[in-house]
Amino acid sequence: MTYNISKKAKEVDRHPMTFLERIYLPAIAKGLKITLGHMFIKRPTINYPEVKRPFSSTFRGLHVLNRDEEGRERCTACGLCALSCPAEAITMEAAERLPSESHLYREEKYAANYEINMLRCIFCGLCEEACPKDAIYLSQTFAPANYERKGFIYKKDDLLIPMTAEMESKKEKSTQH
Amino acid sequence: MILLAISLSLILEKVILIAVILGASLGIAMYSTWAERKVAAIMQDRRGPMRAGPFGLFQPLADGLKLFMKEEIIPAVSSKFLFVLGPSIAMLMACMTSAVIPWGPDIPKADGSVISLQVADINIGVLFIFGVVSLGVYGVMIGAWASNNKFSLMSGLRAASQAISYELAMGISLIALVMMTGSLSMREIVDQQHGFWANGYFTWNFFKQPLAFLIFIVCAFAELNRAPFDLAECESELIGGYHTEYSSMKLGFYLFSEYINMFISSVILSSLFFGGYNYPGMDIVAAHVSPLMVSLIGVMVLLGKAICFIIFFMFIRWTIPRFRYDQLMNLGWKSLIPLALFNMLATGGVILYFFNDK
Amino acid sequence: MEIHQVIFWILSLLTLSFAVGVIMSRSPINSVLFLILTFFSISAHYVMMNAQFLAIVNIIVYAGAIMVLFLFVIMLMNLNSDTEPQKNFLVQFAAVISGGALLLIFVAALKSSFTGLEGKDINLIESTDIGLIKNLGQKLFTDYVFPFEIASVLFLSAMIGAVVLGKKDKVLQAPK
Repeated sequence: MTYNISKKAKEVDRHPMTFLERIYLPAIAKGLKITLGHMFIKRPTINYPEVKRPFSSTFRGLHVLNRDEEGRERCTACGLCALSCPAEAITMEAAERLPSESHLYREEKYAANYEINMLRCIFCGLCEEACPKDAIYLSQTFAPANYERKGFIYKKDDLLIPMTAEMESKKEKSTQH
Repeated sequence: MILLAISLSLILEKVILIAVILGASLGIAMYSTWAERKVAAIMQDRRGPMRAGPFGLFQPLADGLKLFMKEEIIPAVSSKFLFVLGPSIAMLMACMTSAVIPWGPDIPKADGSVISLQVADINIGVLFIFGVVSLGVYGVMIGAWASNNKFSLMSGLRAASQAISYELAMGISLIALVMMTGSLSMREIVDQQHGFWANGYFTWNFFKQPLAFLIFIVCAFAELNRAPFDLAECESELIGGYHTEYSSMKLGFYLFSEYINMFISSVILSSLFFGGYNYPGMDIVAAHVSPLMVSLIGVMVLLGKAICFIIFFMFIRWTIPRFRYDQLMNLGWKSLIPLALFNMLATGGVILYFFNDK
Repeated sequence: MEIHQVIFWILSLLTLSFAVGVIMSRSPINSVLFLILTFFSISAHYVMMNAQFLAIVNIIVYAGAIMVLFLFVIMLMNLNSDTEPQKNFLVQFAAVISGGALLLIFVAALKSSFTGLEGKDINLIESTDIGLIKNLGQKLFTDYVFPFEIASVLFLSAMIGAVVLGKKDKVLQAPK
């Protein structure tokens, strides 16, 4: 007697094979029917480079360091993102803003170096949650393959969002004032 | 020496025929590799090769090119000569069987003579096929032994014992067929299946000998070393089987000969059991169109039947799991051979009591 | 010299050299392969004599089945040159004597079969039809039906013997 605690275990049928089972042909026919059925099933494959599957709206991909509307970096190098990061993927170095650099950085303190190791990062998005200045965001792209480990350590230049034309024009206006 | 009394034009005719047949079987074998991958993909809800050309149609060319470019490795073997001989024999034996197959009805020429679409109409065609098939195992055995590899050797032994076991059932099932047709000539066996319906019954041998067909096709799977009987190249136990040590085009020869064999045995199956180049309504075509059209359609019909069989072979391969070795031997010796013997006796009895003209 | 004669001599030369290869080659695998080649050239001789059935049966039975088993066994035995046993002088002497006696019998048999043929040419051009399957079957089941059936009984007894030998002895294995 076998124990059947969960009442889910199924008793294995070990009856001696009937004649039909022994000649094996009906089983083959059954198998062929299954494979034949699969011929007419719609293929779930997506032809990747030609057709791309959209990410979900909540997808968390590569990080982006944001700028404000005048094109200045928002990050003040407070270190909360690095602190919150469970994978310890973020390192940064803070520096004080010089008066002549006020069109580059929003706050008095800024990140001179900012690195994210994409091999360590688990894309949990906690840095995004932690950031008090809305400086870091997770975008909808992912890190492309690379030949070296070095290539996966993203520097500030890799992470900073490029300036848009709108930002440029606003920046010009603000510097004129 | 009737053999040597042949004219030059006949020789030319035969050479062209041989070239066409070899080219066609190589081409079909090439696209069988493509079809195999495509069929497998379709059955597993995948897409299969689709990058090289439209629908991946250039995939066999790419594969062939790859095999040619690869480094040729000959291991420190017991005999280099035998190592090269193995794949050569496999390829040779695969190509040889096509000589006795009638590929189509005779094409009438303007001067009243005919062009025969058969390389050699020998009166023991069935036995010739049988002989070449029984020699095919040498390619595997010699290659396996010359590889100097335990797994290869095991695979060679498996292939040999499997081939010998299933040859018996195959031969006995064919005896029943030959008893019925009363001839060993392929041409005559096919001609007896003329049309589709005559004298109130089907003419094709399948409808007269279904059991022999079943035994024959199971044995064909075993002789071809194809799933579910591909014990000789059973990856989970024997790495790559007899071609573990082979690389480059020699490996290609082994793989390719399997596909040629598959095509040829499909043609043999359709010739012996499914009427070969015969099709329903061929008399109507002969009467109303032209005898030439009969031949052309006949060749197409034979190829069509063969392709159906090839697809069936692939269908089975991607459906049924591999047999265990003892199951294979039990099936061969304890089921197929007694069944074939019974079929032979039953056929003999029926012929003796119902079709005895004397 | 006619073309069939040329072919005959070439084939004979090939057959004999393959046969010599069987006994001369050191490796048993090579011996077996030479033997297969010998069977092939013998089959070619059959074809020359318009006995296609015999030729193909020779290939199927000897080259296709028996030699495969030979190869099978030799591959399993893993023979090579240094496992060759050292034969002593007495064994070699006995082998020479028995081999020579066998040769004598063969020569005598060949000689007796030639008596009455002296002065006659062996005609290769005029084809005989006895080797064709129809005529052979006719002969086997009429003139030679008794030896044929005797041979089949012999095979049957060999088969039964093999099955009996191959069967496991259940009495010995039964636990006491």
